[in-house]
Amino acid sequence: MNTGKVKLKKEVNSILCGPRKNNIKESVMEAFFAACAAVTIFVVISMTLYMLINGLPAIRKAGVEEILLRTEWKPTAEEPSYGILNIILTSLIGTLSAIVLGVPIGILTAVFLAECPHKRTAGLVKPAVELLAGIPSVIYGLLGLYLLNPWMYRLERKLFEGSETHRFTGGANLLSAVLVLAIMILPTVINVSETALRAVPSGIREASLGLGASRIQTIFHAVLPAAKSGICTAVVLGVGRAMGEAMAIMMVSGNSVNAPLPFQSVRFLTTALISEMAYAQGTHRQVLFTIGLVLFVFIMMVNILLNYILKKDKESHGYEKEKK
Amino acid sequence: MDMKKKRNSKDMEPKRKADNTLYRIRVRPLELFLSAFIYGAASLSVFLLLGMIGYIFFKGYGELCPDFFTNATSARHGTVGIGGNLLNTVYLIVISLLIGIPVGVGAAIYLNEYAAQGRLISAVEFAIETLAGIPSILFGMFGMVFFGGVLGLGYSLLNGALTLTLMILSLIVQNTRDALRAVPNSYREGAVGMGAAKWHMIQTVLLPSAAPGILTGIILAVGRIVGESAALLFTAGSAGALPKLGQGVGEDIAELLGKIFESGGTLAIALYLQMQNGEYELAFGIGCVLIFVVLLMNWVISLIGAKKR
Repeated sequence: MNTGKVKLKKEVNSILCGPRKNNIKESVMEAFFAACAAVTIFVVISMTLYMLINGLPAIRKAGVEEILLRTEWKPTAEEPSYGILNIILTSLIGTLSAIVLGVPIGILTAVFLAECPHKRTAGLVKPAVELLAGIPSVIYGLLGLYLLNPWMYRLERKLFEGSETHRFTGGANLLSAVLVLAIMILPTVINVSETALRAVPSGIREASLGLGASRIQTIFHAVLPAAKSGICTAVVLGVGRAMGEAMAIMMVSGNSVNAPLPFQSVRFLTTALISEMAYAQGTHRQVLFTIGLVLFVFIMMVNILLNYILKKDKESHGYEKEKK
Repeated sequence: MDMKKKRNSKDMEPKRKADNTLYRIRVRPLELFLSAFIYGAASLSVFLLLGMIGYIFFKGYGELCPDFFTNATSARHGTVGIGGNLLNTVYLIVISLLIGIPVGVGAAIYLNEYAAQGRLISAVEFAIETLAGIPSILFGMFGMVFFGGVLGLGYSLLNGALTLTLMILSLIVQNTRDALRAVPNSYREGAVGMGAAKWHMIQTVLLPSAAPGILTGIILAVGRIVGESAALLFTAGSAGALPKLGQGVGEDIAELLGKIFESGGTLAIALYLQMQNGEYELAFGIGCVLIFVVLLMNWVISLIGAKKR
């Protein structure tokens, strides 16, 4: 589509690039649209700058090691220490486990939606997934706190019955947060992988079936490998979503800074911001901005990776998109 | 069918050969297992959704009465309700869309209709993808520092609305752009061929035919605003009071306009605060309202989708 338009513009005889009318209204509108497009770039640049301006002073003051590589988080103590390593590790491990748990379920659901022979059952699952995507994160938090945590507490009591060293969390622990995150990334993973699976040319399916492979063999040996890059996109988007989620896991994760073990109360990068931003002062506040900066860097890394995958995908599969 | 019958009758062929016919489908245990997994995964998401919505409605519908929607929660008056939060949510939706729609649609038009392929386009595309990926808590921090601190808006509805505008920008741009892309090139050529200038062509041909797609983007944006909480906690704040009306038309208008410079929490924020205070009945009541709004939005989007076809 786009390349076609560029061609039109280059050809002099196209009516779409005829002599510009010297009309004030026309040029004003064009300038307005250009300004609108520039706003988006401006917003991203200024957000990056603000994250850096606010996040770096604490690192300069306390040193990289002191903040990023220490585990002790006592910002309000008399001799405060600002080690956020546990918080970073919690976010990484929490995200990773949510991906490990949620992505297989998401991909299998996408397979069901894209390859299911019964239209009516697929028509039941699809709206459910779309609705799931629209449910606000506070509602996930509410249900997690009200339903999941008591169950988790029961499990915890059973597992650590005789233990004297274990500090009971009432079910608000890393495992609960991971479960909530795994559910929250489902719609993203399902939608993106379904699109990818549907974009696989039906010739691949037909060839595989024609060679005598069964439906399941076709799905797992022909269709899924062909949709590899789209599924990678789905996973990366899921990582971004899980890493940035704040409100839902705020209530269910217990929110005290600990090493990321399944039955310990933990604090994520995002929840650290929410829980302390309201009252933090001085260096404490600056360190919170550093936490924000760390989160921002992670998200930018995810974004750049995503951009890379999409670009590569476009290069290798460009012909299909043009057909659409 | 005839062949099958023949195969089944034992006297036709020796049994060993019949095992290898094409008609016999081999049962592979692994495949059964995998297809069970596929069905299980699909039913899990349906079950999760139905369970969540059902539970919220079951727990929360008892709270819903007319007073709940018109009162504001206040310890002094002893009233409980979400009137103030509802009004704040409406404020945020209106202000964010007022700014977000022109800018978002304008950016999409520029990308799709004016700009030639090149660095600028890829920069804008990258910016929009980045905006779509930034988590709401970071938007909240930016809003707190920039709109709240540098522009001096503090905790106010206007601050929250500006922050949300940044968040919904990518949604509106992406949906508008997709809609514009779907308009056939012959429409453009036809309009320009009849002598229409570019903006006139966009105004009279492109925008009307792209309207359903643009509308879908706007409704998605409204859904995002209604459900948002992390970005608003440090920008719009959490007040839930209703404006004091009934002092004459002029004062009323001044009061309503002045409210955008005051702190105000939306429904989602109210839910979060009630949950934190352990007021679960109230939280489920608000959850009910939120779920209802989400269902409504989805229904409208599917209506638009049906009309498009």
